[in-house]
Amino acid sequence: MKPQEYQALVKENQPPRAIGKNVFLAFLVGGAISAVGQLVLEFVSGVERTTDEAAAVTLAIMILLGSVLTGLGVYDKIAEKGGAGAAVPITGFSNTVTAAAMEFRREGFILGMGAKMFVIAGPVLVYGILSGFTVALIKAVVLGYF
Amino acid sequence: MAANQVGRQTITFGILPRLVSMHTIVGTLEGKGPYGGYFHEVLEDDLLGQKTAEKAERQILENAVNEALRKGGLVPQDVQYYISGDLLNQVISAVFSARSLGVPFLGIFSACGTFAQGLGLASIMLQGGFADKVMVATSSHYQTAERQYRYPIELNIQHVPTNQHTVTGAGACVLATEGEGPKITHATFGKVVDMGLKNPNDMGSAMAPAAFATLEQHVQDTGRPPDYYDLILTGDLGRQGLKMLHVIAEKKGFALGSNLQDGGALIYGNDPKVGAGASGAACSAVMTLGFVATQLYQGKLQKVLLIGTGALLNQLTIQQGDSIPTVAHAVAIEA
Amino acid sequence: MSYVIAFLTGGLICAAAQLVLEYTQLTPAHVLVGLTVIGALLGGLGIYEPFLKFAGAGALVPVSGFGSSIARGMLSEIKRLGWEGLFTGAFEITGLGLAAAVVFGSLMAIVSKPRD
Repeated sequence: MKPQEYQALVKENQPPRAIGKNVFLAFLVGGAISAVGQLVLEFVSGVERTTDEAAAVTLAIMILLGSVLTGLGVYDKIAEKGGAGAAVPITGFSNTVTAAAMEFRREGFILGMGAKMFVIAGPVLVYGILSGFTVALIKAVVLGYF
Repeated sequence: MAANQVGRQTITFGILPRLVSMHTIVGTLEGKGPYGGYFHEVLEDDLLGQKTAEKAERQILENAVNEALRKGGLVPQDVQYYISGDLLNQVISAVFSARSLGVPFLGIFSACGTFAQGLGLASIMLQGGFADKVMVATSSHYQTAERQYRYPIELNIQHVPTNQHTVTGAGACVLATEGEGPKITHATFGKVVDMGLKNPNDMGSAMAPAAFATLEQHVQDTGRPPDYYDLILTGDLGRQGLKMLHVIAEKKGFALGSNLQDGGALIYGNDPKVGAGASGAACSAVMTLGFVATQLYQGKLQKVLLIGTGALLNQLTIQQGDSIPTVAHAVAIEA
Repeated sequence: MSYVIAFLTGGLICAAAQLVLEYTQLTPAHVLVGLTVIGALLGGLGIYEPFLKFAGAGALVPVSGFGSSIARGMLSEIKRLGWEGLFTGAFEITGLGLAAAVVFGSLMAIVSKPRD
């Protein structure tokens, strides 16, 4: 049997994935986390001066929430059902940081926890900054901000 | 052809090496499964109170080795060689257990097929007159395998149906030229097979062609049809790999009997949390030494072919875009 | 009403991400990076801001909101500082959350252990 032939057979014989159910659960979980975020945002907006400050504080509070749920061993259970609904919100970003910190803590504070805390969250930061930098630079040059 | 060779890849052991003493230990999840009653020891705490999962795995392996010796009324000096392997880099759990045992050590790696490879190698040493007792043991641990091959435990990962769950546990046995116990009659060592599959979340499909190649070769070399055996136990293809093994056999017009089972598909029963079933170097060791050996002792099984299958996956080469090489080793065991 | 809108928009972004995961070979890491980049580009172009006003946390909480916060921080700091803002701005809005992630993550690593 040729590899290509077998690869086609493997594709044909993949177990069915409950795509409809998974997408619906992602919608529910992601929506619920966003609604909690809205609660936080509205509360914070009453206290903070600017919308950017309110956004910053809201993100931080959601990050705290994601971190605590990870520490309690709950967040991976939510993700097992919610998939992208748990991974995409900022609580999921926080989960990647906390989960890595907990996991690699055993290899020491410096070379373990410290070095590997952003092992999964790192790419989000790197490409968030690179793409933001690029678009901000072009916009600033075109609009003559400098 | 050499005296003990049968066909291209199979060898036969006229002295009939025996499994004279054995011990299996499994974690809590494996203990709760339908085969939990067959294992000699079920852990209450998968970490054994150790600080790290790596320390726990090596402790489980050492405990299995020591118990296998004790049950046989043996001390370490009674065995000439210790053949052992696990899933971690540098087979480190096996290395640490060998440090404690203090017996000449041969570390081996065939991923989940390590145990079958060990049985075959030990039998060669006994047949060749190089030893009269050899210890074979393998271990794996869900937490150590997860962190080396996949992700941190608490990470937000949604498992796909083809994922396999690494067995926590260890199996150890003493093979000897004399004594009572199941006999090893043949071994068929497999070639590395690579069908170009790259999905580390579907190792069963990657390994199925290797399992088929070794089974087909064994049948061809020995002239024994698959239904010669009461049980052909692959490990660990999981449900998905077992399905692909049937698909391959059907395509090739090769008659697989109803006696074909897979350790990885059996050990957790139908627990939906574990995807396609189990994997891990401990899985086929505990299924062979726990379930199969017991059935052989009780006379419920007479002839069994163990086909240990390994996905020889490397995290770096996978990230570099390489496919997953696989291997399968078969060992024939009789009551 | 704001809760319903947040629920629906946040939910839809996550559902779209799940669809990508189901129909492609991409890993969650790829999807997260993709969404962050989309958010940063839209934030930089000033398109994400009206979306934020409309959807509130439904636009802010998904990582695209994090990405847009990076770009928006850069633009506001450029106006305030000049070219230095291109560099300091990345953490203007997100810095609070990032430091929080480090602090809380470390704390959790000390008080809690991974379990099955």
